[in-house]
Amino acid sequence: MKFDSNEQILLKGLANNDTKAIDTIYKDNFKMVQAFILHNNGTYDDARDIFQEAMITLYEKAKSESFVLTCQIRTYLYSVCRRLWLKRLQQLGRFGLQVENFDETVPVEEDLEMHEKRNAEFAIMDRALGSLGEPCKSLLEAYYLQKKDMSEIAAAFGYTNADNAKNQKYKCLMRLKKLFFAQYNIGD
Amino acid sequence: MEDILLQEVMDRYLSGEMSAEEKAHFEQLRKNTPEIDQMVVEHKLFLQHMELFATRNTLKNALHDSHNRLTRKGEISETGMPAHSGKLVQLWHRYRRITAIAASIAGVTALTISLLFALFSPHVNKSQLQQLSRDIEQLKWKQNDQGRTINEFVPKTPKDAKLASGGTAFLIDPKGYLVTNAHVLKGSKTIVVNNKGQEFKARIALVDQTKDLAILKIEDSDFKPFAALPYGIRKSGIDLGEEIFTLGYPRNDIVYNMGYLSARTGFEGDTATYQISLSANPGNSGGPVFNKNGEVIGVLSTRQTQAEGVVFAVKSKSIYQLVDELKKNDSTSQRIKVPLNSNIKGEERKEQIARVENCVFLVNAYN
Repeated sequence: MKFDSNEQILLKGLANNDTKAIDTIYKDNFKMVQAFILHNNGTYDDARDIFQEAMITLYEKAKSESFVLTCQIRTYLYSVCRRLWLKRLQQLGRFGLQVENFDETVPVEEDLEMHEKRNAEFAIMDRALGSLGEPCKSLLEAYYLQKKDMSEIAAAFGYTNADNAKNQKYKCLMRLKKLFFAQYNIGD
Repeated sequence: MEDILLQEVMDRYLSGEMSAEEKAHFEQLRKNTPEIDQMVVEHKLFLQHMELFATRNTLKNALHDSHNRLTRKGEISETGMPAHSGKLVQLWHRYRRITAIAASIAGVTALTISLLFALFSPHVNKSQLQQLSRDIEQLKWKQNDQGRTINEFVPKTPKDAKLASGGTAFLIDPKGYLVTNAHVLKGSKTIVVNNKGQEFKARIALVDQTKDLAILKIEDSDFKPFAALPYGIRKSGIDLGEEIFTLGYPRNDIVYNMGYLSARTGFEGDTATYQISLSANPGNSGGPVFNKNGEVIGVLSTRQTQAEGVVFAVKSKSIYQLVDELKKNDSTSQRIKVPLNSNIKGEERKEQIARVENCVFLVNAYN
């Protein structure tokens, strides 16, 4: 339960996608997770995947408004990684393995549940965008994510005018929504 | 066209690009038209998911970049240790538990197998036959033992004597004539010890290496001749499967063993011997083999090394031949009378043994 202002700064940086903050957290914690995974029948690649997954969870937590981190970043990341790796081992059918515990943990089940849900949604959007195809994908990304102006987009994509681009964007959006909600509502 | 326009309005509304007046107008429209209101909610949700997707993607790339950057800098590495420990260390870390389990299983298996081998495998010697005389190593401790147990009377083995071999012998004449195997007598002099630990000096009267038999004569004032021997020496053969027993000195104490006659011939068809089945050990050589009537049918001599429980005994008929030979060469031995009939026929085995064991001696040959 150590309150560390330095850690708060790091988390704020993470929430704002600050490269330096990400690097610092990464550097300080990856080795620990790597050691844990390698000690428990994992590979280096497993360690990287699990650690990045945990970083995403931490990021989501840092971004949420109700965010309070009641423990050190290190403990949180370790707890999440431990949980994720146990789950992965179970999926692989290695029930018999005893995961070595060499650090304190905090309960992270709730966060992970949330994270799983977001993962699923992310996957749906990923699939929907993937099956949408080009130029629809880039067009929508340019408008909604990169917040580009319609005339700008028209020029970049080679439409004769903004109206035509707008028309095309509308068609793409309708298709994407259809693809997305078809999966999303099932998921619900 | 109307839909496109509506979509554009919604986008502008949600991204906050509208002026206050326009916004108020649109909100009024939402209130009045539930369809539009529903569209706005749905679109908002959708945009949130787009946003989530985008941030997640960005973060993933950022993490990936971080990872690569730190790897390049050497801050993190595949082994977790600062760069120099190799692939082997990593493999060790990954598989050490499995290795440990595998090693213990292998160890246990190896131990079990060697144990089973030790228990069940016949002792493989270069020669197929093992003479059942005790070797010198065994006699070393025995010598000490004797020194301890018979302190009350002077040991009859000369102090500097080197024990060469040991075995068993039994009386064929109550006056002190014993039969044993020729291979037991590796030395030139012998001491015989009865089952009570009493020692007697004995002379080697006759050795027949072909028959692997020898006659000893106890020449010791301590020896009190027996009135008669309880058992007889059988002249004729016996039947397959007949029950037999033996007494001998594989250790310092007399040891009883029983079995049956397995074959009328011995090793590789040797007609001078029987094959018998019982457990015999070095030291049993020269011991009498009795049938259930208490008649000596043979002299236990060798065992087959590759097979368990295959033991050979020189037929008792040979004893008579040997005695005849002795009588021819030695004038002092004319009065030898080998008993033919057994006095312990029909008695219980315990009683048979009790009466017979006094006539069975431990032989120590020395130079």
